[in-house]
Parts: sequence; structure tokens; C-alpha cells
Amino acid sequence: MSTPVLGYIDRPGPLHALSGVSKLVLALGVVLGAMIGFDVRYLAVVAAGSIALWGLSRVRLRDLALVLWLIAIFATLNNIGIFLFAPGYGTELFGTRHVLVAGPWHWDVTAEQLFYQLTVTLKYVAVLPSVLLFVATTRPPEFASSLARIGVPYRFAYAISLALRYIPDVQREFRTISLAQQARGLDISRAVGLRTRARNLGSTLMPLLMGTFDRIESISAAMELRGFGRGPGRTWLVRRALRPPDVLVMLAAGLLVAAPIVLLGVNGGRFWNPFG
Amino acid sequence: MIRSHSPVTQVVAIGIGAALFFVLGRFAAIPTPIPNTSINIQYAVLAVFAVLYGPLVGALAGVIGHLLIDMTGYGIWISWELASGAFGLVVGLLMLRNLIAEGEFPRAVAVRFILAILLANAVAWLLIAPLGDVLFYSEPAGKVWAQGALAFAANSVTACVLGTIILSVYARTRTRTGSLSHDQ
Repeated sequence: MSTPVLGYIDRPGPLHALSGVSKLVLALGVVLGAMIGFDVRYLAVVAAGSIALWGLSRVRLRDLALVLWLIAIFATLNNIGIFLFAPGYGTELFGTRHVLVAGPWHWDVTAEQLFYQLTVTLKYVAVLPSVLLFVATTRPPEFASSLARIGVPYRFAYAISLALRYIPDVQREFRTISLAQQARGLDISRAVGLRTRARNLGSTLMPLLMGTFDRIESISAAMELRGFGRGPGRTWLVRRALRPPDVLVMLAAGLLVAAPIVLLGVNGGRFWNPFG
Repeated sequence: MIRSHSPVTQVVAIGIGAALFFVLGRFAAIPTPIPNTSINIQYAVLAVFAVLYGPLVGALAGVIGHLLIDMTGYGIWISWELASGAFGLVVGLLMLRNLIAEGEFPRAVAVRFILAILLANAVAWLLIAPLGDVLFYSEPAGKVWAQGALAFAANSVTACVLGTIILSVYARTRTRTGSLSHDQ
């Protein structure tokens, strides 16, 4: 019934062997670096690196095909949205205007706009594979212990570990309640009108929520009885020692964040301007 | 009597709230006739958590739940995750000191809840999410404010309607203080 939610894929490879901490630091480095950097050369290098890592990791494309489809659709819609709302934004950013195709009203296709949208799309390509890879190659318990190790307070890290632990449970409960209500004749598919659908979903939601409040009470009572939160730290079941490859990966992550900051100074702005 | 929750309960509420946010956001969206737009019911649940367990729980459950949704889907997009957290935080702050867990949900509190949701949605989707997109991701302003306005409208309606229903049902399941009278 419950499909693996966070998509950990158990297939030993070089990335699986790394410790969770270093993979987390790498993923954070890529996310931060791609957030700061708008230099197309930098983004291209990161994107190429992400895809190369994908090749190394032995995670097959097919494993994540559905997710990749969603992302492609999302990126396409985003690009269309940007062009519809601000077709002159590239010109505004780079200060020049090379019209390639004259369109109706202000929808002229300019080289600057295409370049800007290419940069935005590259941002997706740079960030996504690394985050998906982190998710696919790290066991959920290791995720929480890695967070605690990079300095996140353990109560917070434990909340994340609880979330990961209870996602399958909540999912199963939701499905059970939903099926029970459907057996009673409450339809939530496309066959009925939007209003009925919303009301019927409400009658699935309510038992789920009431059950959840009870569950919060019993879990926190159980944790309190076991003395959770008394000490300044806690131990983690899954914890791997750092080895030389892990240190290298973390150094690479540091470089990934440092590079766009250096480029900010070199380019005199966030964008690299090939038109100037 | 105002109940204050122990830190342990808050940790558990953050974790389970995030799990609920994730499951509802991922699997329970109501499809609408407009393509690629669905009604998000997770914000109603987040608002209820913020009311019952306080602003900290609302903020962190929102950020973690949204991060998990994005990590397994569209990829990390920091400005919108922060906006989810801000939504929980603002609702929680504006609804501090309520007696809903004691079974009291009078009309005045319901009105305050709706106003809190509207304000929190405005802060989240009209201020933080678009501003973050412009500052962090350098997206064109017109497009992100249009997206933000759409999110503001849709989330306000669902969170107000569903949230009020959930809270009133919840209040009815709680025993009021002094609800028992001594038979002479």
C-alpha cells in the first residue's frame, strides 16, 4: 500500500557509500550557490557536474522518470509565464536589444530575453539532480543525524526525523479513511461536482485530523516518559564516520558557494553579460 | 486557563504537522477544471496547527513540510518555503491566547481567525514569496506578483473555510471547564 515516499533507492554505489553529512553539505552548497550565482558559465559547470554525479550514482533515470516529467512541465510553464509577463526583462537586465523575431505588441523575441531564460532554466538543471540524488541515496534516519551533525539543534533535527517516520503512517491512514468513506458512497473523484468533492474530502480530513491530534498526545507522552529533551545532546542510531572522500566532497561544496560570490565581483553584478 | 505546550509536544507537533502537510500537499490536492491548478488544503491544516500549538510549530511545520514536498518534486525554491513558514508564524502569533483547546470557539474568535489568515496570507504570498523570487532568483516582478496574487486568493478562501470548520468541530470534541454541574 505505502510506496516509498522519499524515494530512497537501495542499490549500493559510490554515492551511497558517502556519509550523509557530506552529501547534505554538497546539496546545500549547490542550492545556495545556484541561488546566489547567475553567471551562465558557472551554472553550466554546476549542471554538468550534477548530471555527471547522476551517472556515477547508479540511480537509473527510470527510477525518477515521473518526477523528472513533472519538473520539465513546471520549467516549461515557468518559461512561458516569464515570457508572457515580461518579454523585455532581458533587455532591462543587459541594457541592449537584439530583436530576433518581431512579435505582436511587446512580445518580440530578443537575444537578451532568450539568454536570460536560458540562465533561469539552467538554474533548475543545476539544482534538481543534486537534490534528487541526495534524497535517492540517503536513508531517512541518516538525514536527521546529518542535520544534527552540521549544527542544527537536535530537537529540530528530531522533528524532521519524526516527520519522515510518520509520513507513511499518515499516508496509510488517509487512504484507509478515504476508502472507508468511499465505501459509504462519498466520491472524491472527478465524477462529481467540485462542491460535493470538497465536502466529501472534508469528511475524510476530519477523522484524519482528530486521529492526528490524539497521536501527537500519545507520542509526546511516550517521549516525555523516556526523558526526551533532558540532555544537551543525543546519540543517533545511524551515524557514519567521515572518510577522505567525504572531506573532498565537503571542500567541493565550499568551492561551489565561494565561486558565485567571487564571480559577483568579477562580473560587477549578478549576471555575466555577453552583449556588453 | 491557557494551556502551554511542553517543548516535547512542540517537537512532536512540528514533526507530525510537517508529515500531514506533506501528505495532503502531495496526494490530496483537489483537481480543478483549470490545468495545473489544484486547491491546496494543506494550508488550512497548517493554520489549525499554528492556532492549537503556537507560532513556532506553525512556522517550522510549514517550512519542513514544504521543503519535503519540494525535495521530492519540483526542487528547492527557498522563497516559497520561507513564505509557508511565515504563514504559520503569523497565524500563530495573531492567535496566541485562545481557548479553543478548552472547547471555546465563539464567533469573535472565528472572526479573529479569519482576519489572521488573511493577513498571514498577504504577508506570505504578496510580500515574502514574490520579494524573495525577485531578490534571490531575479525573476521578473510582474510575473511573480501575478503568481503571488493567485496563491493569495486561492489559499485565503480554502484556509478560511476549511480552517474554521475544522476548529469548530475540534472545539466541540473538547470538554469545557465547568461543563459538569453538581446534582443536589
